[in-house]
Amino acid sequence: MARLAEKSFSQPALSPEIVAAHGLTDEEYRKIVELLGREPNYTELGVFSVMWSEHCSYKSSRPFLKRLPTEGKAVIQGPGENAGIVDIGGGLAAVFKMESHNHPSFIEPYQGAATGVGGILRDVFTMGARPVASLNSLRFGSFDHPRTRYLLGGVVAGIGGYGNCIGVPTVGGEVFFDESYNANILVNAFTLGIAQKQRIFKGRAEGAGNPVIYVGAKTGRDGIHGATMASESFSEESEKKRPTVQVGDPFTEKLLLEACLEVMKTDLGDLIVGIQDMGAAGLTSSSVEMADRGGSGVELELAHVPLREAGMTPYEILLSESQERMLLVAKKGREEEVKKIFERWDLDAVVVGRVTKERAFRALFNGAEVARIPVAALTSAAPVYNRPAERPAALDELQRLDLEKVPAPKDLGETLKRLLDSPNIASKEWVYRQYDHLVRSNTVVGPSADAAVIRIKGVKQGLALTVDGNGRYCFLDPYVGGILAVAEAARNLACVGARPLGLSDCLNFGSPERPEVMWQFAQVIEGMRDACAVLGVPVVSGNVSFYNETDGVPIYPTPTIAMVGLLPKVERHVTPWFKAAGDLVVLLGRTREELGGSEYLKVVHGLVKGTPPWIDLRLERAVQQTCLKAIEKGIVRSAHDVSDGGLAVALAECCIAGPEKPLGARIELRAMMRGDALLFGESQSRIVVSVKEKDLGRLGRIAAKEGAPMQVIGEVGGPRLALQPLAQLPVEELRSIWAHGLSRRMKDEG
Amino acid sequence: MRWGVIVFPGSCDDHDVYDCLKRVLKQKVEFLWHKDSLNRNVDCVVLPGGFSYGDYLRCGAMGRFSPIMRDVIEFAGRGGLVLGVCNGFQTLCEAGLLPGALVRNSSLQFVCRPVHLRVEETDTPFTCAAKKGQLLDLPVKHGEGCYYADDVTLKRLQKNRQVVLRYVDAKGRPAPAANPNGSIDNIAGVCNEGRNVFGLMPHPEDACEKILGSEDGLKIFSSVIAACGKGEKRAWHG
Repeated sequence: MARLAEKSFSQPALSPEIVAAHGLTDEEYRKIVELLGREPNYTELGVFSVMWSEHCSYKSSRPFLKRLPTEGKAVIQGPGENAGIVDIGGGLAAVFKMESHNHPSFIEPYQGAATGVGGILRDVFTMGARPVASLNSLRFGSFDHPRTRYLLGGVVAGIGGYGNCIGVPTVGGEVFFDESYNANILVNAFTLGIAQKQRIFKGRAEGAGNPVIYVGAKTGRDGIHGATMASESFSEESEKKRPTVQVGDPFTEKLLLEACLEVMKTDLGDLIVGIQDMGAAGLTSSSVEMADRGGSGVELELAHVPLREAGMTPYEILLSESQERMLLVAKKGREEEVKKIFERWDLDAVVVGRVTKERAFRALFNGAEVARIPVAALTSAAPVYNRPAERPAALDELQRLDLEKVPAPKDLGETLKRLLDSPNIASKEWVYRQYDHLVRSNTVVGPSADAAVIRIKGVKQGLALTVDGNGRYCFLDPYVGGILAVAEAARNLACVGARPLGLSDCLNFGSPERPEVMWQFAQVIEGMRDACAVLGVPVVSGNVSFYNETDGVPIYPTPTIAMVGLLPKVERHVTPWFKAAGDLVVLLGRTREELGGSEYLKVVHGLVKGTPPWIDLRLERAVQQTCLKAIEKGIVRSAHDVSDGGLAVALAECCIAGPEKPLGARIELRAMMRGDALLFGESQSRIVVSVKEKDLGRLGRIAAKEGAPMQVIGEVGGPRLALQPLAQLPVEELRSIWAHGLSRRMKDEG
Repeated sequence: MRWGVIVFPGSCDDHDVYDCLKRVLKQKVEFLWHKDSLNRNVDCVVLPGGFSYGDYLRCGAMGRFSPIMRDVIEFAGRGGLVLGVCNGFQTLCEAGLLPGALVRNSSLQFVCRPVHLRVEETDTPFTCAAKKGQLLDLPVKHGEGCYYADDVTLKRLQKNRQVVLRYVDAKGRPAPAANPNGSIDNIAGVCNEGRNVFGLMPHPEDACEKILGSEDGLKIFSSVIAACGKGEKRAWHG
């Protein structure tokens, strides 16, 4: 039984301190007064505060985001809606988005990560799509930091706790550790859903007089000002903000998911006009954004909102970020049918307002007006900042790497073992075995490959999904780092045999009020833009997370790129590991003598220095096309991209990462360069493939036609990985080190 | 024969079972809503995996009180075939249709991975198409799959040959390392004394097609189909 709010409400008086506590500058406050033509009341101030927060308004990033390419022949919906949509053929569409939940996850890892998953799931099913696969991209501090194990354990349990319970498989992801994230972890959650192309729903409030219906969980006091919190930097005070983190209830969301999809079913006709989840800034942002997109207004009666606790004020009701709630606009006269469906799933469905012709956001409380704001004042008229940007002075020094002063290790075999033990390279099984990656029985390739592959029941095509991003590269050169993030994601798709359809990004940065951070941001965007253009990948959705810094130290600039690709025939996919003795090992691409920003340099020499690997996007495209075409011809036995840890690590993974017994390989490496650069340098645009000897000629012809360098480097077989003449190691030993690198660190608790 | 798959609020693998029966095995199958009564025409009722009622209390402790469960208990009492997978197994234990209980994994973590299983008994309608000692590769995915029974119950299970599946290593030995959750005696699946009610933690429905990595799950479903085809269902129906 919903509790009733207090009957009446008197607005507390405003003071400069109250305005400042809402995160609004003096200038912004003056702009509010100008837009309203009067002083705002307390409730209105709260509404402005969340809608104008960086998190909701993108006020620092908007001018830059416009530079990203958002169009492509498969794009049905680009940025601006709850999620992006691409055409996957057969009358079906893939709906996907990634979103950050960094701040809450650092304060309360389990609930922060869980509600991150819950939020992104709602963004997808609100568009009429059944969520079928999730990914996540995580960054933690070093294992030397006392909180890292606690945070990793909590975040992984939280992602699993929510995703497993709601029955959406977590099919892949990435985890990376570096001191840079010691006091500001990153939790980026991605979900993809499948919808009928003709049955896509949008977050629009249209048709004056249509009822606005609140569905799902009741509203409590949790998460008030979460959006504002996500728009501030961390300090020691952050610990006190634990109560602003919401608590997730995956069971209610499961009911909400099923009920919403039922309401949207074709055979019922059009019951609803628009639908949107209540995420950051809750009821306020969902109703304002829907009105904005629909070119209308909304009027809400807050006393009708189902409440979890007594005595909530209009201010609290509007700003609560309680989870598992949606707002929908129904067709007038069909309210009862909508309610009946939600009642069947034991959920609240209450008419809380209506769409209005006047383009205003109006909130009433027992009939008395408590807020009245023109919609545009909260959306298009929100401030936009062209913040100053400046190249960090320290960058020149950082980029200087004198390899003469980096001694090559004597035993490169031992070095390979050290790298395989690094938590950034070691198997992530400790993480993904806590996620249900099978539910819905579509998972063809799970979390252990370059990209996950899912089938779609009823059609022959499949989808591949990956998420990538290297903050170290972006720290050393944000422009190149932006390129590399996009290139690696596309390469990972090529390795399983999928052509990219589109991407969703999370752009995780420090404070935009710092000119160096703004410069990094602008550079990353330019890099992404250039890579997207050459590789033909549109950006269809995403989010920006600023203020990732603690006590004045920003994290590495970290864009994470989740890319979705199409396999024309799902059974024709390829996995990274070697298949049989006698197959030839072929390297597509070229190895250069470069070690800047590498995992090797960090693990062995303790350095984050130099410039990230060089990249020529035309060569990248040629290598990817060669791999894709060879897979389509059915001649590729395995394909694995060369990334963190370089060629030696990639080859070791080909030997040991499969589900069967490890397979060795005899590799001959001839190159005029340092042994450590040859084995562990992270030259881009390289893929290790294996083929049957009889198919080598065909592969060669494809590579020649595409213009990709190609070299036979060895043969699969034997109990050892022999990297002649530099190192030779038993694959069982390599597997054991790699398999336990992460799990042994998690056991070291104490 | 006809199958019914119960949909509890929070069932997740209901679609997986349904799809496997309908598309892969071309069976007649329908969803059964937990608030409805049991359709008397079904030959086998499946309680699917998932998190009924969120499993916020004990797993299956709420699902056991869904209205349809009264009919399921009666159906089982008349010899009807009841198959519980994962959360369905937990619910059947809570309902008293199967002995023992499923508690938190000994690792205290959710675990999703493939396991090897050994078929211990083949005189059940759920394993009659398998050979005794045959190994099956199926995935597990659960946080509370550690089977527990007290000594008296365990002895009775052994005496009546109610332990149907055990976790084993690749060579078929019930080694501790092969046990994903700390289950007593490596027990992965048990049946009731009448052998018409069967619960297991692994998920056969996620291993019924080559493209998903294993087809071994078909053994469970095709056993039921074979048993019903032989007309044994009449015997079970009393």
